Amino acid sequence: MKVYISVLKLRLSMGMQYRAAALAGVATQFFWGFISIMVFEAFYQHAVQTPPISLKELIQYIWLQQAFLVFVMMWFRDNELFDLITSGNIAYELCRPSGLYGFWYAKLLAQRLSSAFLRCFPILIVACLLPKPYNLEPPTSITSFLLFLSALLLGLLLLVAISMFLYISVFITLSPMGSLLVFGVLSEFFAGLVIPVPLMPVWLQKIAYVLPFRWTADFPFRVYSGHIPVHDAIIGILIQLTYLTVLVLLGRTTLNGVLKKVVVQGG
Amino acid sequence: MIHLEGITKAYKIAKRSTGLRQAAKALFYREHTIVDALMNISFSINQGEIVGYIGPNGAGKSTTIKIMSGILVPDTGKCTIMGYIPWKERTQYVKNIGVVFGQRSQLWWDVPVMDSFELLKDIYKVPQQEYKSTIDLLIETLELQEIVSTPVRQLSLGQRMRCEIAASLIHNPQILFLDEPTIGLDAVSKIAVRQFIKTINKEKGVTVILTTHDMNDIEALAERVILIGKGSVLYDGYLEELRQRFGTHKTITADYGKNANPIHIPGASTLSWTPERVVLSIDTDQLKTSDVITQLSNQVELIDVAIEAQPIEDIIVQLYKEYQI
Repeated sequence: MKVYISVLKLRLSMGMQYRAAALAGVATQFFWGFISIMVFEAFYQHAVQTPPISLKELIQYIWLQQAFLVFVMMWFRDNELFDLITSGNIAYELCRPSGLYGFWYAKLLAQRLSSAFLRCFPILIVACLLPKPYNLEPPTSITSFLLFLSALLLGLLLLVAISMFLYISVFITLSPMGSLLVFGVLSEFFAGLVIPVPLMPVWLQKIAYVLPFRWTADFPFRVYSGHIPVHDAIIGILIQLTYLTVLVLLGRTTLNGVLKKVVVQGG
Repeated sequence: MIHLEGITKAYKIAKRSTGLRQAAKALFYREHTIVDALMNISFSINQGEIVGYIGPNGAGKSTTIKIMSGILVPDTGKCTIMGYIPWKERTQYVKNIGVVFGQRSQLWWDVPVMDSFELLKDIYKVPQQEYKSTIDLLIETLELQEIVSTPVRQLSLGQRMRCEIAASLIHNPQILFLDEPTIGLDAVSKIAVRQFIKTINKEKGVTVILTTHDMNDIEALAERVILIGKGSVLYDGYLEELRQRFGTHKTITADYGKNANPIHIPGASTLSWTPERVVLSIDTDQLKTSDVITQLSNQVELIDVAIEAQPIEDIIVQLYKEYQI
């Protein structure tokens, strides 16, 4: 356990170095947030029937998505791990007495946490101060806020578990580009990061509800805005936990499987 | 302590000729060649030995190191190190070994070296007290005082290498595998590293297996060498024996007061001659060095004589030639 904490610490201190990147990220996310809100507002003004999610709820959804972007985006990746695999430096990782899965999981988690630390607060604060109706409202109740927090953190753990498969796939393909694109597009879309899940056609919603991706982003954001009521949120958290357990176990087994076959060539 | 028996390892390598046409063809059909990296390797190493593991490029040195450190699984053969089978009981086993791969890095690129050390301390669960004394010793003997608080990306190759070696020793391993540890080091660092390896071997009884292309490393450190070529062990024994078997050539350089007559000594070949100096090459099996000097002093008025044994590099080249590798 101590190892994981020190990986987290080291990675945090490392991530904090990149202030310019964080600043640029904050600026981009504001820009992006405004554009999305404007686009959806235009759609909502001309909607024939009442949309399944109100504009106010949608705005909460978008600001949270922008603030916690690194918690929910699959493309936010650790190139060092890819390099480790493709360059063969993994040889060193294999000489360590700790399991690779936990070690890398901690690394990836820490990377996302450290980036989020620097980015989420400015966005959240400014978004709260924006004029109505474009502002981020405080949560509807303490219960829903606590539920949101646990859903968000579980979502993060789940996303890291999913992204582990990305790194495992590089052992076989040796190039991260393909897996990144496939994983990136699929997960982003089905997590509701392009179009919020409630706005998808019903048949697409059905697919999205089966896949694990939406539990990483769509679910916690809708818990916050109150679109998902407390009772459903608690069930949702249980589903998140189940997914997390299954994916971690599956990832572990797969990783151990590929490690048995890995051949570090050269030098 | 280390025991290898009949280790064999073959790599499957995709091959194709150059050119676009061949690349297109390889999309549909790929040829593979099987490269036998190791064929029936056997040796034993006792505790506290320093063994030089030498051989030309591509001989299988790194492959053996990887098998011994549990990263690669051999195709056939037995390998037990400290009672463990490296690739089967990897997590248990690797606590006891330290590995330096000269061409790879284990330090975190973006953070000061010390942070990487601290992380390794936690990975290997080294108690704080023990860590403190080990790290102090490492910093002192490898002369790291000024570089441990610098991020790795700003270090030179030699500085980084010294840190890599230190990183591999934080958990006080009983066996140390060094795969080309002196690559890219300047003369001073090389000597520091050699001195250090000697020290830990003497004081802590660490068993060291060292691969290198720098024969000076071998001469300075190893009493025993294992020569491997094309995947087989060709020679396993003392360096001194190797020298006696192959290093029988000596070069004698003599300076003398001006003498216009060319010098001729039966049995010795003259490499160069001027009125003030002659360079001779002799085979000590056929001609004693002292005889040559006696004959020289009879012919000229000697000022200075220098005798050089054949450098170990030449002996190794000769060995490679003899085994046709």
